[in-house]
Amino acid sequence: MTVETAVEKETRAGFAELRLDGVTRRFGKATALSGFDLRIRGGEFIALLGPSGCGKSTALNCLAGLLPLSDGAIWLDDERIDTLPPEKRGFGMVFQNYALFPHLSVRKNVAFGLSVRRTAKSEIAARVDEALRTVELTEHADKLPGQLSGGQQQRVAIARAIVLRPKLVLMDEPLSNLDAKLRVQMRTEIRRIHQTLGLTTVYVTHDQEEALALADRVVVLRSGQVEQIGTPEEVYTYPASTYIAGFMGYRNLLELPVLSAGDGTVTLGEKDGLTLTGVGQDPVGGGGGRAVAAVRPEDFRIAADAGADNRVTVRVEVSEFHGREVAAEGVTDDGRVVHFKSPERIAPGERVTLTVQPERVLVFGESVRAAAEAAGGTGAPDGG
Amino acid sequence: MAVDAPPRPPAPATARGGLRHRLAERGVDRVLLLLLPAVLIIGLLFLYPMMYGVGLSLQPKNGGGPFGNYADFFQDSYQRSTVWKTLKLALPAALINVGASVPIAYKLRGRFRGRRVLTALLVLPVTLGTVLVADGLLRYLGPKGWFNRILLDLHLVDEPVRLIYNYWGVLFSLLITGFPFAFLLVLSYMSGIDPTLERAAATLGAGPWQRMRRIVLPLLAPGLATTFVLAFVLAFSVFPSANLVGEPAGETRVMAIAAYQAAFEKYDYSMASTIAVLMGVFELLVISVTLLLRGRLYSGPATGGKGS
Repeated sequence: MTVETAVEKETRAGFAELRLDGVTRRFGKATALSGFDLRIRGGEFIALLGPSGCGKSTALNCLAGLLPLSDGAIWLDDERIDTLPPEKRGFGMVFQNYALFPHLSVRKNVAFGLSVRRTAKSEIAARVDEALRTVELTEHADKLPGQLSGGQQQRVAIARAIVLRPKLVLMDEPLSNLDAKLRVQMRTEIRRIHQTLGLTTVYVTHDQEEALALADRVVVLRSGQVEQIGTPEEVYTYPASTYIAGFMGYRNLLELPVLSAGDGTVTLGEKDGLTLTGVGQDPVGGGGGRAVAAVRPEDFRIAADAGADNRVTVRVEVSEFHGREVAAEGVTDDGRVVHFKSPERIAPGERVTLTVQPERVLVFGESVRAAAEAAGGTGAPDGG
Repeated sequence: MAVDAPPRPPAPATARGGLRHRLAERGVDRVLLLLLPAVLIIGLLFLYPMMYGVGLSLQPKNGGGPFGNYADFFQDSYQRSTVWKTLKLALPAALINVGASVPIAYKLRGRFRGRRVLTALLVLPVTLGTVLVADGLLRYLGPKGWFNRILLDLHLVDEPVRLIYNYWGVLFSLLITGFPFAFLLVLSYMSGIDPTLERAAATLGAGPWQRMRRIVLPLLAPGLATTFVLAFVLAFSVFPSANLVGEPAGETRVMAIAAYQAAFEKYDYSMASTIAVLMGVFELLVISVTLLLRGRLYSGPATGGKGS
């Protein structure tokens, strides 16, 4: 496949830019989404990522027209669309519980959108066949949704949304009801369909792995506000805050006093205790202040020789078998919990010395509490 | 792989099920004994009297073989006409009650402030006795009631419209007392329809009317059929209001009145039983037709898929 230019993508998508201007939604006194600004280019795949209650589903429902905005506007090129009812927007939506019409066959479910538009019968048949082929459900066309497995129902929901060739496909945690194996399979499927059809997609998820795997750009939301927007690489490598670091697999968030700062690197630590040198992410005050060091469990190595820098000595408390490696939880002498991984089996009670390269340690000048909030909202916080 | 694989655990021994297990699998166990009181009560208080009545209807007072009463009923045009008079009241009453419940239940199914108060108000007529409703209707719809006064004062009519002591009075009474039942049933069927189905239909381009016609009504239809059957049976046995606000000697001489007159005016219990049995037969006919049509509809769950 040749690499598409932005112009080619726009031509396939049918529009140049979808613009959200300060989209705000309040429920009573609670603000679910406040001042959400985003520009989506035609053909782009956007993931809205965050724990439950962060406003990502609210944003999606506002886009779909299922929730009126309290404030702000949505523009599709030069047309203002936030005042249109959902049936006039022409966006496809895949719901978390699929929302298949239980009394209609798979074929009629997929044909629904075309038949309410009074499309010619022959064209409906051709386009439904094509959509069913895309999701590989041709032989199940005459079954009722209740006779299908979860994964098949999921694909019907996708076929039903894409058969209309919508300007925008909205997906609300479409994989969350599938088992782990099917989830990975369907994830690839969704990315493949996006690449084949070039449909602009907004995908809501609380799973950072899904967001990173699928999206061209990831929007991380927190309490109704945007925390970071960037490519998966940017968000994964340079999380903008401890909150996002916690989300992106930096499971170790150690709040420590600052010993010295300068030249981009910061050293944190306590006298006679743990010291860590890392890369400063925001301006960190020289001495006296406190900062957070974020380290991924897989970036810790068990030190071969005692002379290595950036060392932490822990007593192993828990070790979990993960196939190729063991995930372990250790406690330092001053009672800090450290998560790390090891290719060798280690037994609880053992003392091990861990080391980490300074460029793998991110130092944030903010409280660790915000990050704990994020980590609490994710299922598997190892972003690998 | 650095981590060693553990040895395979031994396979569990195959379980052997006794007779008790096999019966339990078919749902036969001691819990079934709990059915006994109910079976006894139904047998003594329902099945026996019913069979007794059927037997009585086959022993006519005037002779003429076991089916003499049935022949007499259909040969006598005064008696025969009660069937049509009853159907003419019960069918429209049931249809209107079910039909009016649909839009109201549709509006009331979501969660909003005052929903409970509104539902309670709509269900209130259940608590009113038929006699109270009849009394109210006589005053309200009578020649000097508010309704006619308003019509007269607005010069819409020259003389009071007659709405009591005839067919209309009974129909109004059936609508007032029958609506709450139909409404409560339709509301519960309506709440069983997953609201995301309608939202999905909206994102696919279906406007409010198309969502109603293509999604809500097809999923509601089996429930509407059941509600219609119950509302019909309730209206078919109309008796007090046919007497109080109807014309029991003419237009609203329903089957229940005919049976009452046979039993307590002519003391012909055999004929009264015959009419009662015929009432059951006509109700069963309407129910069978309705359920037959219902069987052709989709009747699975009204939700959109797995989870949530």
